[in-house]
Amino acid sequence: MTLLDSPARASAGTSPAAGAGPRPGALRRRSWAWLAALPLFLVVAVAFGLPALAMADGAFTVGDGGYGLDNVTRSVDGAYRTALLGSVKLSALTAAAGTLFGLLLAQAVVSSRGRALREAVLTASGVLANFGGVPLAFAFVATLGNAGVLTTRLGLDEHGWSLYGFWGLALTYLYFLVPLMVLTVAPALDGLRVQWREAARDCGASTWQYWRHVGVPVLLPTLLGGFVLLFGSAFAAYATAAAMVGSSVPLVTLQIADALSGNVLVGQENVALALSLDMVLVAAVVMAVHLPLQRRSTRWLA
Amino acid sequence: MARLTRSAVLLVAGVYFLVPLLASAVFTLDIPGQGLTLSSYTAILGAPGFTGSLLLSLGLAAATVVLVLLLTIPAAVAARLSAPRLRPVLEVVCTLPLVVPPVALTAGLGTVLRWGPEKLSTTPLYQTFVAVQNPDFPFVLVLAYAVMALPFVYRALDAGLRAVDVRTLVEAARDLGASWPRALVSAVLPNLRGALLNASFLTLALVLGEFTVASLLGFQPFAVWIVQASGSDARLSVAVSLLSLLLTWVLLLALTTLGNRRRPSRTPRTSRTAERKTS
Repeated sequence: MTLLDSPARASAGTSPAAGAGPRPGALRRRSWAWLAALPLFLVVAVAFGLPALAMADGAFTVGDGGYGLDNVTRSVDGAYRTALLGSVKLSALTAAAGTLFGLLLAQAVVSSRGRALREAVLTASGVLANFGGVPLAFAFVATLGNAGVLTTRLGLDEHGWSLYGFWGLALTYLYFLVPLMVLTVAPALDGLRVQWREAARDCGASTWQYWRHVGVPVLLPTLLGGFVLLFGSAFAAYATAAAMVGSSVPLVTLQIADALSGNVLVGQENVALALSLDMVLVAAVVMAVHLPLQRRSTRWLA
Repeated sequence: MARLTRSAVLLVAGVYFLVPLLASAVFTLDIPGQGLTLSSYTAILGAPGFTGSLLLSLGLAAATVVLVLLLTIPAAVAARLSAPRLRPVLEVVCTLPLVVPPVALTAGLGTVLRWGPEKLSTTPLYQTFVAVQNPDFPFVLVLAYAVMALPFVYRALDAGLRAVDVRTLVEAARDLGASWPRALVSAVLPNLRGALLNASFLTLALVLGEFTVASLLGFQPFAVWIVQASGSDARLSVAVSLLSLLLTWVLLLALTTLGNRRRPSRTPRTSRTAERKTS
């Protein structure tokens, strides 16, 4: 343990004497360290592990306590399949649009010389990225809903506009997805050194060639990582959709909520658990893609 | 980026992000038939259920912040100090909640809570199940929120711990005769002020705005109340939504100001990166 630690200690400039050789009480302290983390592990086991197990157990429970795949197959069929696909479609579309607009906005801010503008946009992004849920839904209802300010003043309803559908929801989701992308990609854009661009130019590269061979390859992990992060946020979102459209747009979160609150046939709880399991699988894939990419992109920013 | 493109992008972004806020303000202030009035805002305090749900949310938020900090600080500091093998374990445990969306977590929690009446009604555990679901203060929500906040809190803490040399701080404090808790409270925690504020703020924002778990489990904190109130008075709920955004903004600004005050201790780091950039 002390051996493993000593390079870090030396580079941190602490006294080397303390790091040499095993120290009395080191063993006792190691177990003390695990003891300090015990409450955390206990709470996670009770409040997270137990529900997760209950979910998996219920998803595979059929009839009177037997196990089977009935719920899982039903969760990817019929109306549930439509809801899953609807969620995937909405999340993919908003994540792609959010990635593009977030990148454009971040680049506009990073490349401008105004420090005040940059600070303002980044602070605003920090707030707006967390501005999901119910308040966001109501802000859009007040703006573009049936009696919304823009709808009535611009006569949008006469042109067939409705906020309470797929596109209205997509427009609303971008309100927190674009700021999330700005926060994700701004550090990476800062990491593109001026020297790289100068070096490319000195070697006779055009702006296009610089972006094609230097800029985009360096940004790619960040952009992909950001895309899946946005996808995950949109996929897991429930409050905005529930407060805004009810269940008129087929989404997996809305279906789970309906089944849980008994709005549909009795005995659907286990299908809701199977749907939850489907969501966990999608989210797991998202994290499995996002985390390594995030680690890779930080290499360039060090 | 060419100046024209940049201006166009900034203009479109400005319109998209400002119009809903301005329109919400107009929606609450300019009421057809009444003209300009503040009645949407003055009605908030008297609205039935407002005070109760706000107090419940604030109480849940305070409890969650305390719980999640009490759980993560000792674990993160200990991992940093003397158990390198604890760190990857902690990292995995604290990242796992990201894999389960709130709706799915609620589905699992609901199932566990149903075990109470179904399987445990004859055991003493049943009373615990009833107690954690007390509508006056549903502790089960605190547990769920602590789990949901865990990834953000741990990351904020870990980043804060990385910026200070915890071991030297603790060894110095111990050599000067401080007890373990004393070393933690007077030497380590003050150096983590920025990270702690950050973590607390994120948790606070998460709990105050949380709707999914509370509404599906049948409790009525603030976000759930707004949706219910919107049924009878749409302007009232928009007014409250605007105020909650304003509050978040003020909190964040306060946090950045507080965070900036301890800049000097970070100067060695920033100057090092600046050096590398210019070299």
